[in-house]
Amino acid sequence: MPLDDDKGFLNRADEFMQVFKKGAEFTQELLRENERLRFRILEMENVNNAVPANINNQGENLRLLQRIAELESEKADIVERIRQVEEENKDFANRYVEIESENNNLANLYIASYQLHSTLDFPEVLQIIIEIVINLIGAENFAIMLLDEKTRMLEAVASEGIDREMVPKVSMGGGVIGEVAKTGENYFVPDLDSYEMDMNSPMVCIPLKIKEQCIGVLVIYKLLMQKKSFADVDFELFTLLAGHAATAIFSSRLYSDSERKLNTIQGFLDLLTK
Amino acid sequence: MQEFKVLIVEDSPTMRQLISFALKRLRGIRIVEANDGVDGLKKLSSENFDLIFTDINMPVMDGLKLVSLVRNDPNNKNIPIVIITTEGAQEDRERALALGANDYITKPIQPNRILDVTRSLLHIP
Repeated sequence: MPLDDDKGFLNRADEFMQVFKKGAEFTQELLRENERLRFRILEMENVNNAVPANINNQGENLRLLQRIAELESEKADIVERIRQVEEENKDFANRYVEIESENNNLANLYIASYQLHSTLDFPEVLQIIIEIVINLIGAENFAIMLLDEKTRMLEAVASEGIDREMVPKVSMGGGVIGEVAKTGENYFVPDLDSYEMDMNSPMVCIPLKIKEQCIGVLVIYKLLMQKKSFADVDFELFTLLAGHAATAIFSSRLYSDSERKLNTIQGFLDLLTK
Repeated sequence: MQEFKVLIVEDSPTMRQLISFALKRLRGIRIVEANDGVDGLKKLSSENFDLIFTDINMPVMDGLKLVSLVRNDPNNKNIPIVIITTEGAQEDRERALALGANDYITKPIQPNRILDVTRSLLHIP
């Protein structure tokens, strides 16, 4: 037990010594701070002694006040300019996004147009129209119908995703398809989401026109599953298809006919000259 | 300037032209086109490529078979491959990525999507 008492006593002594040391350090710190503050006071006094000379100088004060006002005004101008530049930056960023989107759309339109006029072979032209409608518009089931000048009936000449025989023959002015061919106006189903496939009433029907003459229609029955709605570029593509596809089809048919006639005439000539 | 060689494997001339047209906006890209998987493999055996774009549905050899063969070819197994397809189902995407495709783009495509993927895979700023 006495040993325990001694240990307790020694511990308390250590603690006291620690507290005493800390107290000494704190006192020294206070002294240093005191010294620093005294030095600072002296500095301030020196500055204050120098000020009265300027205070008496009214002209200099006015000049400084004017300069301050000028600088304040300049600062306001700069702040306003920064605001304007930031605003312009935002406009440029928005414009950049718009131009980028426009650029993409133009690229699609350029490719579609380029491909449509890249051949005079009728089956190839039909294949190109199919590729454009799948790859650039995103349709899954659709058909290209052409007008038979003699019977005045619209008949499918190519299809994708559906049998060509499934597409009904339509007379000019008959039903949605015939009406589009007659009026030359695009048709879009009012609500894409609620549309149910009906061969007589497609979700989209685009007339293929050369000037005001309709030579056929493009009918779309179903879009690819990831294609939920039409974008601006799709409407541009439909407009392009309405004109360029019609011209390409018409030219290729004329070319095929003339080739056939030329071959026939050539055959006759060969017979006659032999 | 660093030059990258890109192989486009696609049976549709319209799509090939669209992808080429988009890629030409990037500097230092050289494009080689192939009509189907077999044609693509031929070109891969004779040249080195930095990136491959391939369709899935093609005659002769489809795009998934091509991905699988490229990934098992010691000379070309590290080339990034991007699938461009009409197949939008999640299981198709997962199958392609599981075979080793690096990205999966569904049609209809926008040129900027092709540019973004190319920049990302070729580390072009």
